[in-house]
Amino acid sequence: MINYFKLAYRNLGRHRRRSFLSGLALALGTALLMFIAAFFQGEMRSAMESTLRLNSGHLQVRDADYDPDKLSVAWDYLVENPMQIAAQIQTLDVVQTATPRLFASGIVSVRDESVGVQIIGIDPASPANDPYRTLTAGEFLTADDREGILIGYPLAQSLRLSVGDTLTLLVNTADGSVDQQPFTVRGIFTTGTTAYDKGIVFLPLAKAQAFSGAGDRASIIFVLLKDREQAEAVAAAISSPNYQVKTWRELNQLLVLVNDFSDAYLVVINLIILGVTVTVIVNTLLMSVFERTREIGILSAIGMKGHQIITLFLAEAFLLAAGGVTAGTLIGWAASAYFGKVGIYFGDLGLSADMLLEDRIYTVLTFDAAVNLIITAFVITLLASLYPARMASRMEPVEALHSAQ
Amino acid sequence: MEVAKLTDVTRIYKVGQVETRALNGINLTIESGEFTSLVGPSGSGKTTLLQLIGCLDQPTSGSVVINGKETTGLNRNQRADLRKGTIGFVFQFFALIPTLTAYENVEMPLLLNGKSAAERRRRVMELLEAVGMADRANNRPDQLSGGQQQRVAVARALATNPKLILADEPTANLDTENGEQVMEIMKKLNRETGTTFVFATHDPRVIKYANRVVTLQDGVIVKDAPGNGKS
Repeated sequence: MINYFKLAYRNLGRHRRRSFLSGLALALGTALLMFIAAFFQGEMRSAMESTLRLNSGHLQVRDADYDPDKLSVAWDYLVENPMQIAAQIQTLDVVQTATPRLFASGIVSVRDESVGVQIIGIDPASPANDPYRTLTAGEFLTADDREGILIGYPLAQSLRLSVGDTLTLLVNTADGSVDQQPFTVRGIFTTGTTAYDKGIVFLPLAKAQAFSGAGDRASIIFVLLKDREQAEAVAAAISSPNYQVKTWRELNQLLVLVNDFSDAYLVVINLIILGVTVTVIVNTLLMSVFERTREIGILSAIGMKGHQIITLFLAEAFLLAAGGVTAGTLIGWAASAYFGKVGIYFGDLGLSADMLLEDRIYTVLTFDAAVNLIITAFVITLLASLYPARMASRMEPVEALHSAQ
Repeated sequence: MEVAKLTDVTRIYKVGQVETRALNGINLTIESGEFTSLVGPSGSGKTTLLQLIGCLDQPTSGSVVINGKETTGLNRNQRADLRKGTIGFVFQFFALIPTLTAYENVEMPLLLNGKSAAERRRRVMELLEAVGMADRANNRPDQLSGGQQQRVAVARALATNPKLILADEPTANLDTENGEQVMEIMKKLNRETGTTFVFATHDPRVIKYANRVVTLQDGVIVKDAPGNGKS
């Protein structure tokens, strides 16, 4: 049997620089594909994680009339006996944690500056608060703290607040009036998501309830599951006429939509990159065909058949693809691994709580994505090479021999 | 025995609206063991005739029978099949594959014919010995002189023991000494193996070896006479 790969290897070696540049184009294309896939994956994972862990949870139990946009603490909108309900939900095996939270709207004032904030009353002992426990200064809240407040790092920066400083917090209360009270900054937290941290302050639940006049009620029971895919099943299991249960999918429709569409975006981007890359490869092979017209004529004259000529050129494309895709995979993997560790800093993207993104996006290259891209790049390169290969195979030997004389 | 038989062969090339009649009603029979020269001025149709005999091209009309097989109407692959077992080519330019060594160039037709490794090795070395190139077996074409390349090309043409070797101006790019050497080798192989050789040439050095000289002019055979070459 003819060793097509030996021939192909030597043919590629005739124009080392050109072959190298073609392989490089494919390598960079593949690396870029991998990196973009890793970036998208990292971005969507970050958005999901941040939004679910910081904001919506996997499930929320709310009063039937609750309107999340109003942040009202009027009793009609609140869940009664939240501690008891949370404790009941917590008994389910699939539940990681369930904790009551109270949301109220307020204004922080320091000296002559004021900033609108969302006040969240939390049970400081709950593990659901872990994302807020990273402090740049001070301490976390305790349940019986009556004067302490936890604020985000960007808010502390903009209002020039430090631990121990006093601020005035104004709250819209349950009866529709406003109340205000001085609080001492106990700690400054950072979740790594500026969009979230700049507008949130935490109080212990008991203090928040007393301050806003919410009694012993809460806005929601915030529930985290061991597996978020169980959300619908758990929602059905804990449903009650006294309250409504919302799953993370219902709570984050925009995010779910973006997540679903991200695959489609990725396909479009992949096609563009592959299109450009493959054009380079096809161009290289076409130049090779034109340059070797006479040689193709000779091979045909000594009895090489069309399919053998196609195989010869496909072997060249295969070697280019093997070299390019391998190098590209290594580069793409290395870049994804590096930025998966150090992240890419974007800062505050100004997104709403519907889709929170960490300030730093960490790339995540999954094995499946890598394998899919490798196979796709390989197959598309070979398919595109069929055109120049067929062109070579269809040359009439006489014309091929004449054209170069 | 007839190796090639052309009956009333016409080849017309059409470029745009212009028709060029390269060959016009050619009748020619090549017998086994001949050492024949096709001669004539440029444009007389020598190369076209050689290409039709070699199944590299097809006639506009008429019949070309090679080794008892009608070739008109064969598709590209069928013609390639016929060529690889029956016909060897030596071209004016030193038509070796530049990425292959002398050995590999001679081996290529044997590979295409599916010969075993042992048989290929034996045959290639035998042929390189015959053309005096055994010591350059591992050289690539760019490491060989024109004469050496043409000798390798002759060895390659002979690799599959074809009935017929077609050579288009085989000495055109060679100096006198190398041209003579190549012709001597071909004549010797013709004598020893009985392989039929047909040349298109206007080189007197080639013609003097021929035992038959067919003269073409304006696409027709104007003379078909015995040559001076010793058999």
